Amino acid sequence: MLILIAIWEAISKFEVFPSFMWPPFIIPNDPGGVTVVKTLVNGLISGQLLLATGTSLWRLILGFVIAVIIGLLLGFLIYKYKIVDDTLGFFVTSLQAIPNLVWMPIAILWFGLGVESVIFIVILGAALSITITSSTAFKSVPPLLIRVASTMGSSGFHLFRTVIFKSTVPQQIAGLRLAWALAWRSVLAGELLGGSGGLGTLLDLGRSIQAMDLIFSIMIIIGVIGSFIDNFVFVRLERMVLKKYGIQTTP
Amino acid sequence: MAEEHIILKNIHKGFHRNEDTPTIALDDVTLTIKKGEFVSLLGPSGCGKSTLLNIIAGLEKESSGSLLVNDRPIKGPGNDRIVVFQESGLFPWMSVLDNVMYGLLIKKVPKEEANKRAMDWLQKVHLGKFANSMPHELSGGMKQRVAIARALVMDPEILLMDEPFAALDEQTRMVLHKELEKIWRETGKTIIFVTHNIREAVVLSDRIVLMKTRPGGIKNIFPVQAARPRISSDSLLIHLENRILTELEQEMEKVLKEELGSDYALKTDHLRVDPHSNMGSDI
Repeated sequence: MLILIAIWEAISKFEVFPSFMWPPFIIPNDPGGVTVVKTLVNGLISGQLLLATGTSLWRLILGFVIAVIIGLLLGFLIYKYKIVDDTLGFFVTSLQAIPNLVWMPIAILWFGLGVESVIFIVILGAALSITITSSTAFKSVPPLLIRVASTMGSSGFHLFRTVIFKSTVPQQIAGLRLAWALAWRSVLAGELLGGSGGLGTLLDLGRSIQAMDLIFSIMIIIGVIGSFIDNFVFVRLERMVLKKYGIQTTP
Repeated sequence: MAEEHIILKNIHKGFHRNEDTPTIALDDVTLTIKKGEFVSLLGPSGCGKSTLLNIIAGLEKESSGSLLVNDRPIKGPGNDRIVVFQESGLFPWMSVLDNVMYGLLIKKVPKEEANKRAMDWLQKVHLGKFANSMPHELSGGMKQRVAIARALVMDPEILLMDEPFAALDEQTRMVLHKELEKIWRETGKTIIFVTHNIREAVVLSDRIVLMKTRPGGIKNIFPVQAARPRISSDSLLIHLENRILTELEQEMEKVLKEELGSDYALKTDHLRVDPHSNMGSDI
């Protein structure tokens, strides 16, 4: 990390690229000049970056929650009814092959430039992924556990709640983790193109006013949030569940 | 004791692999099981013994024929008939105690009462100490004990066991045989026990139903009249074991001939002394 920063500074100091293209990281090139860290700190203090981050995260969470609900429901229907699997299941797999961003023109035409478009592609991307992982998870519930539960007198929703769903929890979490990463990418891509506030729009602003320090600050925030949520939420959750279920993981 | 508990009449079961030629898993099975009886279904794989058990459990539906339990027809699974499977099938996300309590809570037994009954049964299978362990922390034999406790805590009238000890090592199996026999004598449950192990069937059962293949059905029924508790070295049991083995070998030969072609012959000692002393009768 330190070495990377040192190399960064060196490139900037020797002016390999003009400083608007490669701003210094910590030490300004001329007194009072811009640095990435300064922009980052100022942005956070003034609230501009914080506000944008909040906007993006809020959209992400809203879209993700809706996507989880849709994804689990569709996944369950695909598992439960063969006809849905043959029709919708195939369709979903094909749709998944289309990168999220490709939907943006359609979203803009349908919903206009704004929050709706961004949330639309977040939902679309994450829901498709969750549909696939959750239907696979439901299909892999050991039949033995279902038989055990039915011989004990469980059926219908009780059977689903206490056995079928519980048994898929480890796979569902792995699926959510994947979908979360997709959703995070979609939010930023959507904001970049759809321009309705948030980190993505700020990135686009940075590009148009040639403020490379701003662009780098935002990229740092994006990276930090992405890996923070992955490591501190999903990886921990996954480890906890795997330990509880006694699933061996290869070290 | 003499009351008829389960009556199977002309049970047929066919699987439709393709439209024209259904595979017949069970052909015309008629069997009556008395209350409190320990009956084994014994036979090679593919004889439909597990299918028959599943039909009694209500997990599968017979194609034709009638099945009465306490003079009432069976509609689906019910908690008067609990199945113990070959693999314990414990829910990995629940502690041992929660696993045992699972069925009780479905029966709407209050939580404290369910807890108490579950602990009682765990103690009876000598796993009281492991109530709060997770299933993956237990050995195979311990898991199977939990599965048995989980079934018996429901106080079913009928306990259906589908090769419950087949995946265990010999020592563990012998211990569990003794414990099962003890539990059976204390509770007086009707037990139907599916196995492919002759010794296991002979040591445990009141009656052994030997099954045949292609089509699956009953070949012969052997009563076991040895005194209980059984000792596996009892000469009566050993004789019976040989008699069943002879019949089973004929069955196996039939299967192997079909599978491997007619040139196959099982090396059978045809001069075996028949336990009934009618020497050479099966030459």
